[in-house]
Amino acid sequence: MRYTLFLYNEESSWADMSEADVQEQLGIFGAYIQDLKDAGVFVDTDWLQPSMAGTVITLKDGQRRVQDGPYADTKEQLGGYFVIDVPDLDAALAWAEKCPTARYGLIEVRPSAMPTE
Amino acid sequence: MTTAQARAEEVARASYGKLLAILAAGSSDIARAEDALADAFRTALEIWPERGIPDNPEGWLITTSRNRLKDGYRSAAHRTTTRIEEDIDMPAATASPSEDIRDPRLKLMFVCAHPAIGDTVRAPLMLQTVLGLEAEQIAPAFLLPRATLAQRLVRAKRKIKEARIPFVLPDQADMPDRLEAVLEAIYGTFALDWNGEVSASGEEDMRREALFLADLLVEMLPDEPEVLGLAAILSFTDARNGARVDSHGHFQPLETQDVRLWDRMRTVRARALLVRAQQIGRIGRFQLEAAIQAVHADRMMTGITNWRAIAQLYEGLLQIAPTVGAAVGRAAAVGRAAGPDAGLRALEQIDPEAVAGFQPYWATRAHLLKAGDLPEADDAFDKAISLTTDPVLRQYLERQRV
Repeated sequence: MRYTLFLYNEESSWADMSEADVQEQLGIFGAYIQDLKDAGVFVDTDWLQPSMAGTVITLKDGQRRVQDGPYADTKEQLGGYFVIDVPDLDAALAWAEKCPTARYGLIEVRPSAMPTE
Repeated sequence: MTTAQARAEEVARASYGKLLAILAAGSSDIARAEDALADAFRTALEIWPERGIPDNPEGWLITTSRNRLKDGYRSAAHRTTTRIEEDIDMPAATASPSEDIRDPRLKLMFVCAHPAIGDTVRAPLMLQTVLGLEAEQIAPAFLLPRATLAQRLVRAKRKIKEARIPFVLPDQADMPDRLEAVLEAIYGTFALDWNGEVSASGEEDMRREALFLADLLVEMLPDEPEVLGLAAILSFTDARNGARVDSHGHFQPLETQDVRLWDRMRTVRARALLVRAQQIGRIGRFQLEAAIQAVHADRMMTGITNWRAIAQLYEGLLQIAPTVGAAVGRAAAVGRAAGPDAGLRALEQIDPEAVAGFQPYWATRAHLLKAGDLPEADDAFDKAISLTTDPVLRQYLERQRV
């Protein structure tokens, strides 16, 4: 079953990082991704630019409106995600707990609603 | 490196926590004490090579730091090189710290693990203040961005200062709980959870620091059996470090490890610590955990593992510190001592909700089912594997499944 781990953290924690720190974090995330791959549960991931770089678009009021991001001005912002394929929520939580972001941010674990063929 | 420089660094390593504890004790202001002490060390590096190393380097550093602190109260502008010159002309006798310096680091450790301090920052705070490690040395070990850890440390120090957490030893009534928090922080540092790839670099360093803190605590509280118990656990575990993964890169559980790879001296030392603890006659969870390790270590001499003794120790552990981990440990030992059926029955006594996502439960269940030749073993292995994030452990379970 597919689960997406949405990683939320205070953006300042990345913005304030030195180059060495960023490199180190990338190494730590790289190790995590490798573990996911070795375990055969990795599907996809991305690391996102800060929410300021986001653009919001909607047609819901009958007209096209484009707005500068972020979508929601909250302290914790979506900074990336992992899609993993594991048997159940227990396993998804085990991997979410292991994700480096869990140590300083929040992770929302959502099951996929996509019908499987 | 010059002699003065080497000496300053030697004093820094050996005395940092002591000096910091003395300086911060009055005000509970660790951050200011750190600044003053850093300043004093810098000054020492400038002045000792020219003027010679003082007879009492620690006293010199305390006096110099104190003067910095006093300067700070007046105005930062008072900090001039002239004042530094005055400081070093002070006679060594008056420079020696007058208060009780028997165990200033002990008070500092209790401050770091105070209930008002969040439990995730206790260990890093201890590493920084007692051992003088920099946030950037500690952060990677805890897989944290340096800025994040630095911010947490700053906040914790502010809390200590603003809430005026006192630099005192807990009284008799509070001692067991407060001591347990200190021991937990050290234990947590020793058993840091790593992702597979990064483990090689910093893991070993942090184990060393945890062992150092545990030994320091033994020196400062030689009559606390739980302190001896923790030091024994760390020593037993450390002794087996080289046997956890075999020459093929395969994980080996304790019971199949090659005992020739266990460090005999460290095991002897661990056992001596445990014996000392038991002589005091106040049982506790760390001692019981150490006793379990001691039974495993006996295999070095006897060639067998006394699972019945291990099961009994887990029962004792469950009585004084009930945890799911201990309940699962007991079931595994019962399974070895009295057969897989007995082990599975012991597992069934555990609240199913508590173990739904608990990897050791499923791994133990899988092994017991396999030992009993029961068909559900495969499902249990699958569940255990799905919960295992450590690659080496995962491969082990995959090999066991077939």
